[in-house]
Amino acid sequence: MTNRKSNYILTALKYVILIAIAVCCIYPALWVVLSSLRPGTSLYSPTLIPETFTLAHYRELFNNPSFQYGKWYLNTLKIATLTMLFSTILVTLSMYALSRFRFKSRKSMLTSMLILGMFPGFMSMIAIFILMLQLNLLDTHAALILVYSAGSVLGGFVVKGYYDTIPRSLDEAARIDGASHMQVFLKIMLPLSKPILTYVALTQFTGVWGDFIFARLVLRSKENWTLAVGMWDLVASYQNSNFTLFAAGAVLIAIPITLLFIFLQRFLVQGLTSGASKG
Amino acid sequence: MNGHRNAATILSVLCMGLGQLYNRQWIKGLLLLVFNAAALSYFISNLGTAIWGIVTLGEKTQGLEKLGRLMVPVEGDHSIYLLIGGLITIFALAIYLTVYGMSIKDAYRTGGERDAGKTPASFKQTWAYITDKKFPILLLALPVSGVLLLTIMPIIFMILLAFTNYSSPDHIPPASLVDWVGFQTFKDLLTLKTWSRTFVGVFTWTIIWAVLATVTTYFGGILVALLIESKGIRFKKLWRTIFIIPYAIPQLISLLVMRNLFNGQFGPINQYLSYFGLGKLPWLTDPLWAKVTVIIVNMWVGIPVSMVLILGILTAIPKDLYEAADVDGASGFQKFKIITMPFILFSTAPILIMQFAGNINNFNVIFLLTNGDPVNGNYQYAGSTDLLVTWLYKLTLNNSKFNMSSAIGIIIFLLVASLSIWSYRRSRSYKEEDMVQ
Repeated sequence: MTNRKSNYILTALKYVILIAIAVCCIYPALWVVLSSLRPGTSLYSPTLIPETFTLAHYRELFNNPSFQYGKWYLNTLKIATLTMLFSTILVTLSMYALSRFRFKSRKSMLTSMLILGMFPGFMSMIAIFILMLQLNLLDTHAALILVYSAGSVLGGFVVKGYYDTIPRSLDEAARIDGASHMQVFLKIMLPLSKPILTYVALTQFTGVWGDFIFARLVLRSKENWTLAVGMWDLVASYQNSNFTLFAAGAVLIAIPITLLFIFLQRFLVQGLTSGASKG
Repeated sequence: MNGHRNAATILSVLCMGLGQLYNRQWIKGLLLLVFNAAALSYFISNLGTAIWGIVTLGEKTQGLEKLGRLMVPVEGDHSIYLLIGGLITIFALAIYLTVYGMSIKDAYRTGGERDAGKTPASFKQTWAYITDKKFPILLLALPVSGVLLLTIMPIIFMILLAFTNYSSPDHIPPASLVDWVGFQTFKDLLTLKTWSRTFVGVFTWTIIWAVLATVTTYFGGILVALLIESKGIRFKKLWRTIFIIPYAIPQLISLLVMRNLFNGQFGPINQYLSYFGLGKLPWLTDPLWAKVTVIIVNMWVGIPVSMVLILGILTAIPKDLYEAADVDGASGFQKFKIITMPFILFSTAPILIMQFAGNINNFNVIFLLTNGDPVNGNYQYAGSTDLLVTWLYKLTLNNSKFNMSSAIGIIIFLLVASLSIWSYRRSRSYKEEDMVQ
């Protein structure tokens, strides 16, 4: 009897903790959404739920002439999509080669991939900046796409780990049947690697939305900015005086990304764990 | 006996492509000849300047020069452009020499085959050979060249900068020249009082931060994952989805939001504290509290990732282990201690070390949340919560102390690299890579 009672208490306690954590997880998001609907501009609000709701801040995002939110949104979407496309292709092809084939410089390539990933990313910023300047690519989106895609290869260990787990007898059988390497890759490996492809594409896509360091350096004119640069500028230059506008902008960025993550979380789990068990 | 082989090799050494033409591999030979001509014309005009540029970093300062009776401004040498240009030329030279070596080897081999009475491979056969036997090289060519140009070259450039005096106010091109100074920058960083005090302070905090941030998120993640998976909890999927939210929101957004949430004057957190009759806390403005805040916020950002990871591992633990333990009459805690925890630790050890290394370089949390502030009067261009990386960023972009920041970058690298290589060598995937198949 007492055993059962203590079990109930334990379960209740677990629920209390879970609910507490859930509140912590949701509260900041909820607060921003509600703030974005609040009239006025200030950060301070006497209550969590505003007395009246307004969509004025969302309208202002797109109408304010000194603020080109719509333009930035399109820029970001464009850069993110192209980066996702190129880097997914590059990463899968190169990691497939590194996982499946044994050739002379393979081990040293893997080691140097690991080592290069350890330099603070923006240590190379100045050199890339000068390079882009000389290639006449400053203030263009092509520069960002190029640098993001080329850099993505270094983070491909997860993909290599995933390919390592696909039994090699599969492609050997196909090779014996006379398929070329390209056919093996396209017809057998690619369909099998859908989860990891989704994972890479998703992380690449969302990575662009969050990077402002490099984007700020390369993109000079306001109409070329990405959302990250614009939002950072909004917070840095207005500080707390226009918080509700920032909140509205943040909500519009966070919604699509968050939904993507939640719908694709199955792939996320697979991607993260395949990287984990293989180190 | 070796007539063809020797002739082809000698011709190839003389000029790239000739050996292949001699071997009657017309297309390959012509392609190599064209490549050679293009490369030579590039190197003749560039190589001298490149080497001069790297060695001297420019000799002529920008200034006024007498031209007849007038003083006209003349452009000086731009040391930094010279350095980068020189580096690129040397990279190109290395590629050219590699191709050269390969073409000689190819002529030698094909010549040998002809001596043995075989016909040399046609262009079509060569192409088929490349797509079959050299397939991985073909796949890797593009990514590797991208990494070479956009990652390796810039990193070498930055390493070189640490050995120059490229810093404001006295050595900023084009107004003035930059010189090689050897290890002076490192000496200054470690021995000059103002620099060394900042360095030691920031370094210590970086290590403390990395340890705390890794430990809190890791064990937090384990705790949450175990809670969700524990007996008697329903709606597991719902809980998991809710707890993934912090991970799903772009970090840039969530951290900027947190910055406002913890705002000392108007932020809601302090507002709630005063509802309960507690005083307002200086979340972001007091050196100690700011450190606490970044750790807390990092937990919010980081726990979901560990949770997802550990949930995945929990499902991989064989159920019969628990059944056996049940038969032996083990309690819940014993099962946790003897089965669950060792299993988690064993499969996540490499990840744990990588996370530690990643936290040393965790730029976003610090930069977006506190920007390294509150200001510390004893520090040189750094605040109380600055990590080595954010300090490096400030030195580069705000203060133009490029040499100092690359020296710090090298130190960060050495720190992270030694850690990661140590763990990578120990990880199962490295040792048993080919055994898994």
